[in-house]
Amino acid sequence: MLAAVLSLGVMSVVFGLLLGFAAVRFKVEGDPLVDKIDAILPQTQCGQCGYPGCRPYATAIASGAADINQCPPGGEAGILALADLLGRDPKPLNPENGQVKEKMVAAIDEPRCIGCTLCIQACPVDAILGAAKQMHTVIEQECTGCDLCVAPCPVDCISMVPIAQTIDSWRWPAPEKARIAGSYR
Amino acid sequence: MSANLYHDGVDILHGQRRLWSFHGGIHPPQHKHESTNLPVIRAKLPERLILPLHQHIGEPAEPIVQVGDKVLKGQMIGRAQEFLSAPVHASTSGTVVDIGDYAVPHPSGLNATCIVIEPDGEDRGLEHPRVGDYLQLAPSALRNLIRDAGIVGLGGAGFPSYIKLNPGKLDGIDTLILNGIECEPYITCDDMLMREYPREIIAGLRVMQHALQARVCVIAIEDNKPEAFRALHDAALHEAGIDVILCPTVYPQGGEKQLIRVITGKEVPANGLAIHIGIVCHNVATALAVHRAVQDGQPLVSRYVTVTGGGVSQPRNLDVAFGTPVRDLIIQCGGDPAAVKRLVMGGPMMGYALHSDAVPVIKTTNCIIAATEADIVPPRPVMPCIRCGACADACPVMLLPQQLYWYAHTNDLDKVQEYNLFDCIECGCCSYVCPSNIPLVQYYRYAKGAIWIKEREHEQADIARQRHEFRLDRLAREKAEREARRRLKKASLAKNQDNTPHTEEAVDND
Ligand code: SF4
Ligand code: SF4
Ligand code: SF4
Repeated sequence: MLAAVLSLGVMSVVFGLLLGFAAVRFKVEGDPLVDKIDAILPQTQCGQCGYPGCRPYATAIASGAADINQCPPGGEAGILALADLLGRDPKPLNPENGQVKEKMVAAIDEPRCIGCTLCIQACPVDAILGAAKQMHTVIEQECTGCDLCVAPCPVDCISMVPIAQTIDSWRWPAPEKARIAGSYR
Repeated sequence: MSANLYHDGVDILHGQRRLWSFHGGIHPPQHKHESTNLPVIRAKLPERLILPLHQHIGEPAEPIVQVGDKVLKGQMIGRAQEFLSAPVHASTSGTVVDIGDYAVPHPSGLNATCIVIEPDGEDRGLEHPRVGDYLQLAPSALRNLIRDAGIVGLGGAGFPSYIKLNPGKLDGIDTLILNGIECEPYITCDDMLMREYPREIIAGLRVMQHALQARVCVIAIEDNKPEAFRALHDAALHEAGIDVILCPTVYPQGGEKQLIRVITGKEVPANGLAIHIGIVCHNVATALAVHRAVQDGQPLVSRYVTVTGGGVSQPRNLDVAFGTPVRDLIIQCGGDPAAVKRLVMGGPMMGYALHSDAVPVIKTTNCIIAATEADIVPPRPVMPCIRCGACADACPVMLLPQQLYWYAHTNDLDKVQEYNLFDCIECGCCSYVCPSNIPLVQYYRYAKGAIWIKEREHEQADIARQRHEFRLDRLAREKAEREARRRLKKASLAKNQDNTPHTEEAVDND
């Protein structure tokens, strides 16, 4: 028995080292175009583009498999930036991928949480803190607002709430569009 | 002395000291005499004082009292949290009745944490230790005392003063400028303060000089304030090394970089600080506050505030305890809060409209304009830019406002930065002169905010990317480990079977 535990331990260390070595040795050099596209994407990691995260979508854009108008969180600004980078014509967001929404954050109604850890497994950025049979909490700062934790919750205790504006986060809005209509151009 | 001397583009000599001109500037109607006719009196204490914990640039103070506590005037109720912060003191004696969110003076109209005090009417002060001879104090001890007195720049910016009283790496600075310019229309609180407390202001200046080890001190006053000039001039007659200077009136001469240029002829480098060229500016009211802190051990609990505009029948300056709601001041100056069309905190050029008259006076409140219909220029239609260049002529920073406008308006945030958006001091000269009524400075404020938001989003996206990648790595690692364990188990299983082919139960029990 002891021998089995020991050999398991030794093996796991060896495999760990091997894996680590393989990661370094066979590291695929990052495609600079993919990096550039990925830098524009909002990193919400929500999957609305049809890919399992921003980087896979960036890879698909770079290879020509995906169009540039599939990311709702990036909004119009994101599409414009992609069009600019790739020298293509901007186009409106593909409605099949969703709509542009205000950024929200997830909030767990803590008294109702049953500690099932399903939301933790769904969160793409590990922004939920908790353990089995213990109350879970969203780390608001790290939450990207991707929505992915909402559906798995068996007791529906997670909701997406708007980010409260504070004096520190408030910034001057643009002057009223009505007043400037036709003022330039 | 003609008002537009600088505008002839000639540098002028005043007395023995040469003055330099700065580019641009405007001469808006002054509206100052309205509020200087009546003597300054103390504003009545309100039923409740609302003291925001954030009345300065930097981190908000942290409350150190609880609801129900009895406090004395001058008692610290909010402690400075970080290096860049300032404490808050009770502005009269009474009871803390709430600590919570209230409307505060801010262009957003949002709420922030405040400590609410119900005055007991006795105005009992805390006994503060007096310093005696400040020259015996080390400059750092002097700075701590000024920090603990809650003193921030009273000219409107609210930067914690003790930081600007540190010469840093220098043994001492070259020139300490006391800013008594008060160039914005309507505002007269510094004017009245200079008329009434010239000796105390000079005493405060001496304390600042000691802290900074400044070689020369200059007090600069615009020539639309002859009484204030005379008062300080006379008070400084027998003081060595203090020049009291009268400057021709032009807006925005009170801007730090503009005033430094006028007095010393030096340019503060873009992205640089005045202290880098051996110069520090403080406001006259800040000097008085420093004097009171050092001489009388009195923390900053009140200030002069100009209450003016057509909405009040007795425009004047009041000595106001911090936390007093603006509404009380309007009533005390013979105004009807309901008849006020627009309430502005600060001047008409750089101030902002308040969303409510319930907001309190804070350390940076220099002026309240209660405007009626008659005071407000009806909004004029905005027309296309005709590229007349008037804005560029007026800009004191020598920017190209029409270019900035073009890029801010089309949301080209990279380009607008290339045109030095962040050097813009938001003085509003460009908007003031624009014949097409384009709200130029609003665009610059918007663009600055939009850039800030974009940068913050970028930072957050970088963090999210990293966290996501870490997570993917972790999942891959876990998967590989599971795989490895499985293979291992399989291997040992096979081995066991080889060695002891007849003990299947033992394997099952493993
Ligand atoms: S849709 Fe979601 S996952 Fe896809 S690129 Fe946009 S933010 Fe990333
Ligand atoms: S003053 Fe107004 S109209 Fe003239 S150039 Fe500037 S923005 Fe254009
Ligand atoms: S608001 Fe900015 S751009 Fe306009 S005149 Fe003042 S400094 Fe120049």
